Amino acid sequence: MKALRYLIPLALFVVLVGFLARGLNLDPREVPSPLIGKPAPAFALTRLDDEARMVRREDMLGKVWVLNVWASWCAACRDEHPHLLDFAKTRQVPLVGLNYKDTRRDGLGWLARFGNPYDMSLFDVDGRVGIDFGVYGVPETFVIDKQGVIRFKQIGPVTPAVLRERIVPLLKELNG
Amino acid sequence: MARLLTLWLCAAIILGTPLVALSREATPAAADPALEARVMRIAAELRCLVCQNQTIADSHSGLAEDLRREVREQLRRGATDDQVVQFMTDRYGDFVRYRPPFKASTALLWVGPGVLLVGGVVTLTLVLRRRSRLAPESFEPDLDDDADATPAGEGARR
Repeated sequence: MKALRYLIPLALFVVLVGFLARGLNLDPREVPSPLIGKPAPAFALTRLDDEARMVRREDMLGKVWVLNVWASWCAACRDEHPHLLDFAKTRQVPLVGLNYKDTRRDGLGWLARFGNPYDMSLFDVDGRVGIDFGVYGVPETFVIDKQGVIRFKQIGPVTPAVLRERIVPLLKELNG
Repeated sequence: MARLLTLWLCAAIILGTPLVALSREATPAAADPALEARVMRIAAELRCLVCQNQTIADSHSGLAEDLRREVREQLRRGATDDQVVQFMTDRYGDFVRYRPPFKASTALLWVGPGVLLVGGVVTLTLVLRRRSRLAPESFEPDLDDDADATPAGEGARR
């Protein structure tokens, strides 16, 4: 009984420390997306390099593809860019850019300057398709399967580790 | 003739520019105060995901502006408040709502403070009750306030 008296506060303390430790290790910027496992939203956008060519969600059905949201004004996009270029060299799946709230001139200039890893970039000038995809922190990266379902979302720049451990294995699984 | 044309052009540019600039900024707010009030009321319930401790009504981030525009357009098309909130929740999850819905994953958030309060009151009541049944001898005597009061240790020994 006497021991219990000291054990209860200790137990409470341990629980509290547990909660705080978990809280400290969570990244509040990583909001779990409700779109994982759901069909990708419908979109109809022109290509960044050709305003006469329209690309729709249906055009991408039947293949596994990666959608990377980027913008010329986005500093973190510059950090992830070399990794995307490396990834694009492996030619596993189509890599589609979503040029978010940008101008054609700036977007194309940025690609010319830093290299273009994308099979194509879609031009989302007012960010509406971005909203449909739940984009809030550029860059973001989505993996979309053959049925057009979003299977993975990376918020913030992709790192070599994320590509190696999450994205590439997932692409193999989806294409396998 | 050419000079006159240039003059007209200049006048048109000078007069036209501020009008264009003004009309772009001011239309949404001025057009319909009732609608704008509704937009702001809904926006005040939604978290801005870029600056997470602000609502999209308070935030000046680009995304918050876009989301306010989205709210405004949906209301204009006749959407109900719930439909607008649902639209945001579908895309950004329960996290966008400052008052998340009650369900398994948010249960602790909603009932946690109440449970802690009730637990605290129950514990306090139990402790006070037990003490009230104890004999006076089991408490240390109160210290006197006078200057020559004996320290607690000596008082207990007497």
